[in-house]
Amino acid sequence: MGDFAKRSVLAVQEFLYLLYDSCRVILTPPRYLVDTLVQMDTIGVGSLPIVLLTGFFTGAVLALQTYRTLQTFGEAALMGEAVALSVVRELGPVLTALMVAGRNSSGIASELGSMLVSEQIDAMRALGTDPHRKLVAPRLHATLLTLPLLTILSDFTALIGGYIMSATVAHLTYDQYWTSAYTSLDYQDVTQGLIKPFFFAIVIALVGCYFGLKTTGGTEGVGRSTTRAMVTASVWILVLDLFITRFLIGIGFA
Amino acid sequence: MAAPPSTPAIEFRDVAMSFGEKLVFEGVSFKLGRGETLFLLGVTGTGKSVLLKLTLGLLKPDAGQILIDGQDIVPIPEVELRPIRQRMGIVFQEGALFDSLSVYENVAYWMRETGVTDEDAIEGRVREVLGFVEMEAAIDKMPAELSGGMRRRVSIARAIVSQPSIMLYDSPTAGLDPVTSHTINILIAKLRDMRHVTSVVVSHRIQDAFFLVNFAYSPETKGLVPVGSDGGPKQISATRFLVLRDSGVYFEGDHDSIARSGDPYLQKFLV
Repeated sequence: MGDFAKRSVLAVQEFLYLLYDSCRVILTPPRYLVDTLVQMDTIGVGSLPIVLLTGFFTGAVLALQTYRTLQTFGEAALMGEAVALSVVRELGPVLTALMVAGRNSSGIASELGSMLVSEQIDAMRALGTDPHRKLVAPRLHATLLTLPLLTILSDFTALIGGYIMSATVAHLTYDQYWTSAYTSLDYQDVTQGLIKPFFFAIVIALVGCYFGLKTTGGTEGVGRSTTRAMVTASVWILVLDLFITRFLIGIGFA
Repeated sequence: MAAPPSTPAIEFRDVAMSFGEKLVFEGVSFKLGRGETLFLLGVTGTGKSVLLKLTLGLLKPDAGQILIDGQDIVPIPEVELRPIRQRMGIVFQEGALFDSLSVYENVAYWMRETGVTDEDAIEGRVREVLGFVEMEAAIDKMPAELSGGMRRRVSIARAIVSQPSIMLYDSPTAGLDPVTSHTINILIAKLRDMRHVTSVVVSHRIQDAFFLVNFAYSPETKGLVPVGSDGGPKQISATRFLVLRDSGVYFEGDHDSIARSGDPYLQKFLV
């Protein structure tokens, strides 16, 4: 038990150090802008299809489910509001982050893990490169920049999915749905939905890097790191989501 | 950094290293003069690769001093090690080429990292070192397309771009067929005899070591000739042997003393 606690504290310490180090390197050159752009393409553009699909189907199914409840009270016209609020505040950021974590935390862990076990990271250090600067920082910065954008796009496709269901199943008009959706949203809802992705981005990128760089035991170890990165990132996204939401409510933000 | 010529290129003083509870070695001391070659022998797990990584400062020892050209690198922080590492080149076991980069970019990596932007200068240098290891034809290939031996040759090219005075080889011929192994040995001898590079070679194969003691690189034949024969150098720099066993140095000496030693453990390496 004591051993477990010690290891957990050590892991948190190493994780926070990784965060500190990948923020610190922005201040001094070299900055590896090209690597950051490549990662933005891999993480951001690469996750686009899966994120859009997730958004669309979540919005659609959400509309179907709320339709039943709302119909009971004869309030089917509020479907736009129901979809918009739950998607923008909660489901959009969380589901996008979970999808991106599934794709990229594992991807990052396996990439860095294979580089580690094949001694490419040692070779990099031998050639005078700081791996945190060259590998970790670009992945963190790319995720920080792209995840909020992905969330916005996912929110939007979710609203479209919701609209298609509202129009076909509940026979709402274009105006009924979109006016209800638009007027229900406060700035606080939108801000809340856009604060979360920044925290989730840190989890996605750094959990991947952390497990990748901690890989031991050859190619088998790479597989283990990959799975652990994905599971850990997903769980932390859900846990953090609760704490962030509670905190924002606590400060009267939502 | 002009240390006097008598300063050893590499010196370990009472170095101890462990990973967690597991002791790798302790009390390891040796000196390696400039231009000399050290063969590091020992069974798996005796810390041969660890010793190479310590030399580069990739790992920090628990105790002891590691001097490169007379300068103790142990207390130096990672960011300030760069100029010292520049004087050393390392060839990892499987080559450790960056698989996302082409052969050209792998070899050019160090120059780009040091801020060279003149593409002509980079290309010229890349072609020169790839020519040295006779791999110029593979310049546009990706590492995955290369065979094990070719990968190691490119890795040697990548290591010598900064014109290091010390080369570290981690099992450079392991897993290669005899013909390919020979081409790697030729390169090690070429760097030793033409560039007077100090070398540390981790090896399981004592044949490679004896071969390099008795043969020298001849620029005329572009191959190895017996030391002292026509076309080759009259003599080559000293070769030393270090055998690691049971967390320490088991044997240290030159070629004759290891060959004539009646020690039963060393005999196992000789057959």
